[in-house]
Amino acid sequence: MGWSLFMQHLVNAISLGFVFGLVAVGYALVYGVVKLVNFAHGDVFMMAAYFMFYASVLFGFPWLAAVIFGVVMTALLGVGIEKVAYRPLRKYPRINSLVSSIGMSFLLQNFAVVVFGGIQRSFPVPEMMRKTIILGEVRIQAVSIYTIVFSILMVLLLTFILQKTKIGLAMRILSTDFDTARLMGINVDNTISFTFALGSALAAVSAVFYALRYPQIFPFMGQYPGSRAFIAAVVGGIGSIKGALIGGFLLGMLTVLLPAAFPEYSGYREALIFALLVIVLVFKPNGLFGQEAGEKA
Amino acid sequence: MKRSTRVLLSLMLIIVIYIFVYFSELHMDPFIKRILNTGLIYAILAVSLNLINGFTGQFSLGHAGFMAIGAYTSALLYMSPETKMSNFFMIPLISPLDRIQIPFFWALIIGGLMAAGAGFIVGAPCLRVRGDYLAIVTYGFSEIIRSLFNNLQNITNGPLGLKGLPTYTNLWWTVSWTIVTIIVIKRIVDSSYGRALKAIRDDEVAAENLGINLFKHKVLAFVVGAFFAGVAGGLLGSLLMTIDPNSFSILFTYQIIMIILLGGLGNITGSVVVGIGFAFLMEWLRFVEMPMHIFGIEIPGILGMRMLIFSVLLMLTILFFRQGIFGQREFSWEGVAKLFQKRKVKE
Repeated sequence: MGWSLFMQHLVNAISLGFVFGLVAVGYALVYGVVKLVNFAHGDVFMMAAYFMFYASVLFGFPWLAAVIFGVVMTALLGVGIEKVAYRPLRKYPRINSLVSSIGMSFLLQNFAVVVFGGIQRSFPVPEMMRKTIILGEVRIQAVSIYTIVFSILMVLLLTFILQKTKIGLAMRILSTDFDTARLMGINVDNTISFTFALGSALAAVSAVFYALRYPQIFPFMGQYPGSRAFIAAVVGGIGSIKGALIGGFLLGMLTVLLPAAFPEYSGYREALIFALLVIVLVFKPNGLFGQEAGEKA
Repeated sequence: MKRSTRVLLSLMLIIVIYIFVYFSELHMDPFIKRILNTGLIYAILAVSLNLINGFTGQFSLGHAGFMAIGAYTSALLYMSPETKMSNFFMIPLISPLDRIQIPFFWALIIGGLMAAGAGFIVGAPCLRVRGDYLAIVTYGFSEIIRSLFNNLQNITNGPLGLKGLPTYTNLWWTVSWTIVTIIVIKRIVDSSYGRALKAIRDDEVAAENLGINLFKHKVLAFVVGAFFAGVAGGLLGSLLMTIDPNSFSILFTYQIIMIILLGGLGNITGSVVVGIGFAFLMEWLRFVEMPMHIFGIEIPGILGMRMLIFSVLLMLTILFFRQGIFGQREFSWEGVAKLFQKRKVKE
């Protein structure tokens, strides 16, 4: 592999890593606050792509307006899912919510098949994203650059919300101690709703970049990036934002660079990535960057 | 009620079931027979997953992986060398497997044992990970299996799958294996092992303090559960006559989890009844996907509608019937006797 080819793959891997990372942050936020592995997150991602598709194709929104519409709708969907499927089960053992999130994932997929149809649809790609930037011998897709720039902005925004705003403070407190947070007068329900809105909005943003990169959308499109991001979140230490981003990077690198370096073994990529997941969980259950907790139960 | 009476009644019930099987094999509509076979396979899967998820409380998402191992192992053993030749036209099957053909029964047993071996490998890390982390590990395992089976072309024929499997599966096989599964798992659950498993489910730390060997019992649940999942996989392969790695995806595991949730976690009766009912429901729900005429208006069939209805039912169960349909009520001869006594009093 030559240097220029390597650079191309690297840019590709970084931008894909950001896509996975942003979805993974959604998993991490929700896990951090309500201690729930939200299996429906990948399908929220899929719904975001459909919201944008319909806004742009059916209602004729301009591209940017369609994206904003999609992000808002997805945030609302996330809040709705939490209200319907997770809130009533909060007082029961956590495994109930886990099963509920599996059921929700199933429901969203089948809903999409019935309402949106099972066929693939092409996601609208604006002209400026189609370009290829040529730097010497290195050819980079414009969408990769946009992905990286906007993802960095999203991460900065997220850090600002978490560190500098009142609601971010409430989220951080909830993730440490639920009962004390309630005693301190934090509105638990609103904070959890906000967490889901934030996580879903991030999923929607990454859905945009994912759909620009692979412009075919279909009801099961959330499964692949969803499971990747989920692995990223777990490998990075679920519940940790930094870990989720680094995990996303790691997954992006593995996904792009591994088949590029060893094309003959590319079929085993899935097995390898899932093996990484299992090994990390068994030997370092808190993930590579997670905080040491007393017991994982 | 005395133990001997119960055993006698159970034996009589089994004989009645077999008489029913004898007549249905002769006279029953092949379509209904096929659904019944599928339902019984679901029942085996549900009861075996219930041992892991319901009785031991180890939330496993790996059942599709165990099934895949069982289905492939047994299929490669009972297929005739000629069928194998025609299947493996891209890359030939590796050496000893392309010539052997063994009877269906032994193929199923070996398939089950292979799955049980995998169950041991998956069950062993249980000691380190719990709760949703275990769910993730087992999910990862079943995805690894699927990915390997997609790639090991000289053993599994890759994504093309195996086609033209001989149909051995009939009601004799499925009913017998369902009965064996129920008896074995019922015996385990009622023994001291079963009490240990339930203790682990209710409070792991307390169970350990009482001297229960956590590792041994958790692994036991996984090995036994995986064995029957493997056997069910073998039966399903021969019933469907075709298997491919992607049909054993996580969605399949979700369906079995729904069955045990609907039947009630840790309820064998519920698993069997809902398992069989599920197969019939899914067939019956096909009508919603067909074009309908209601009051002269034609409604076109919508593909995927039955899965949507099913997932709505599932969410309703999760949210409102957390105990499942049957809750903790199990079938027992005492219960049946009580039923009759009550009626006598009323009369």
